[in-house]
Amino acid sequence: MGKLVLEGISKRFGAVEVLKTVDLDVADGEFIVIVGPSGCGKSTLLRIIAGLSDQSTGKVLIGGRDVSSQPPSKRGIAMVFQSYALYPHLTVEGNLTLGLKQARTAASLIAERVAEAVRILALEPFLKRRPGELSGGQRQRVAIGRAIVRHPEVFLFDEPLSNLDAALRNQVRAEIADLHRRLGATMVYVTHDQVEAMTLADRIIVMNGGIVQQIGTPSELYRRPANAFVATFIGSPGMNMVPGTAGGGVLTLAGSGRLPCSAAANGAVTAGIRPNGFEVLPGGNDGLAGTVIASEYLGAESFLRVRLADGTVVTVHEHPDHGWLIDQPVTLRLRPGNLHLFDAESGLRIAEGPDAAAQPAAARVA
Amino acid sequence: MTQGIARRFQISTLAAHLVLIGFTLLALAPTLLVIMNSFKPRKEIFGAPLALPSFETITLIGYDTVLKRGDILHYFQNSLIVTVCALFFIILFGAMAAFALSEYRFPGNRLIGLFLVMGIMVPIRLGTVGILKLMVSLGLANTLFALILVYTAQGLPMAVFVMSEFMRQVSDDLKNAARVDGLSEYTILFRLVLPVVRPAIATIAVFTMVPIWNDLWFPLVLAPGESTRTMTLGAQSFIGQFITDWNAVLAALTLAIVPMLILYLMFSRQLIRGITAGAVK
Repeated sequence: MGKLVLEGISKRFGAVEVLKTVDLDVADGEFIVIVGPSGCGKSTLLRIIAGLSDQSTGKVLIGGRDVSSQPPSKRGIAMVFQSYALYPHLTVEGNLTLGLKQARTAASLIAERVAEAVRILALEPFLKRRPGELSGGQRQRVAIGRAIVRHPEVFLFDEPLSNLDAALRNQVRAEIADLHRRLGATMVYVTHDQVEAMTLADRIIVMNGGIVQQIGTPSELYRRPANAFVATFIGSPGMNMVPGTAGGGVLTLAGSGRLPCSAAANGAVTAGIRPNGFEVLPGGNDGLAGTVIASEYLGAESFLRVRLADGTVVTVHEHPDHGWLIDQPVTLRLRPGNLHLFDAESGLRIAEGPDAAAQPAAARVA
Repeated sequence: MTQGIARRFQISTLAAHLVLIGFTLLALAPTLLVIMNSFKPRKEIFGAPLALPSFETITLIGYDTVLKRGDILHYFQNSLIVTVCALFFIILFGAMAAFALSEYRFPGNRLIGLFLVMGIMVPIRLGTVGILKLMVSLGLANTLFALILVYTAQGLPMAVFVMSEFMRQVSDDLKNAARVDGLSEYTILFRLVLPVVRPAIATIAVFTMVPIWNDLWFPLVLAPGESTRTMTLGAQSFIGQFITDWNAVLAALTLAIVPMLILYLMFSRQLIRGITAGAVK
């Protein structure tokens, strides 16, 4: 019922191609997050799904119906915007009911739907107020309420947390996750924040430069990034990328050491190692030689910045009370199964690379 | 040290205020002169033009003449009809054009925008002969409708220019939310966008209303007949080739200020917001 299918969607403005052939199949009740840096085409894609922008080619199907040429109000979607976009001259109640009144819904049904949204989002105290009298978090809840009353087949969220401060962001994020669980509705959520993507999504779409880089569950993206872009974009702090050459099952990193690697790799490669993929040993051991240049203490953990012999700086996850000193020479040893290899030119993952360690992603910081 | 800064600040504020007060006096002086002299007899107007009317000299003779001789209420009505109708059409069509230019991407968008800006630069009076010929062939000579058409054309370029700038600042999200809710483009414009750009409308209203009300040129050319005479043209009837009834002229001009003053006060709060919004941005 709430199935969303995109078939060969592309978008160009004149000669500029802002979206390159996107195919997507979203199951009923699935929470999809589209993530990418600004200008990657994620918002354009969402606007095409909503019908606010025309695609150059391709089809949008919602609930099995081809809605490509339907206006937004007839597509069975509801959208929550970054700037809330509440009607400033209407009360909260007016904001919730306008769309239904516009569709000539029966008054009894409108009252029922509003009561439902008010109950879910605890909007009762604000019904008679205008948006100007509400705080940011309350406004965003009203905006979500306006989406709920439409009973859409697909909810669309356009960076809904970007205008909230950090504390509120975590709270509303939890509310959205809770809402998805309770309504069981299909949701498409656009953000530039990989933490939001990882915590909310059933499946994530990573986009860059108008091209879908990878579609997968959060753990798939974390463990087996399809290319160097996804590898560095997902996870925080980002994956360390070190240039090197591979051949005959041995990876040589410029000036700093040799590591065993998959025999499939040959020639110039980029080695990707997450901060928690290293073990730090005193200098002179077997591994990558480097010097500690900084230490960031975060309480439960800390991160070392280590300069390797060829000048590359990598971030390493350590215990909070590690005892390493600045300027101290150290050796970094790779924990088994933590090496990702990418083709130096195309950035594509080199097959048969080992999975990232099966341990939980301890290196992530909210 | 802080005192020094405070004093310097005071002095510069004082200087600024002196300049502003001086400019205000300069701008108000002619108007005050007209109002003052409208209450004085003819001899006093020429004998001591800068003196205030005293108890001995004060007279309402000018107003008496105006109200008795000319069909002044009729002129007022004509002026009001022309100004209000022109204003209404300027804001209506201006808003629609501005919305189209600021909201939709279509080929020729920038070209049309430029074309309209040119309308601000080229004075419409250059086309008077052509306009007169056109109005005569349309059978619109000596009608108020002719004046309304001309003033609408005259005011539109500025209105479109100002409003499209303001409309560009209205959040896209708001308009898109309305589209998702199924509102038509007309409803979005009139119910959502126009209320948000109210300061812009007030600004346009004031800046286009005054020149229309005060205009003498087009009433003289297009509608000089008795039944279509406007206030400013009516006041001219007291100016003769040989004898001018200055009392009556000044009284008529004073009366003509009143409606503009009322309309201005109505719009002024919005106007100030509009001007500062443009200035601060």
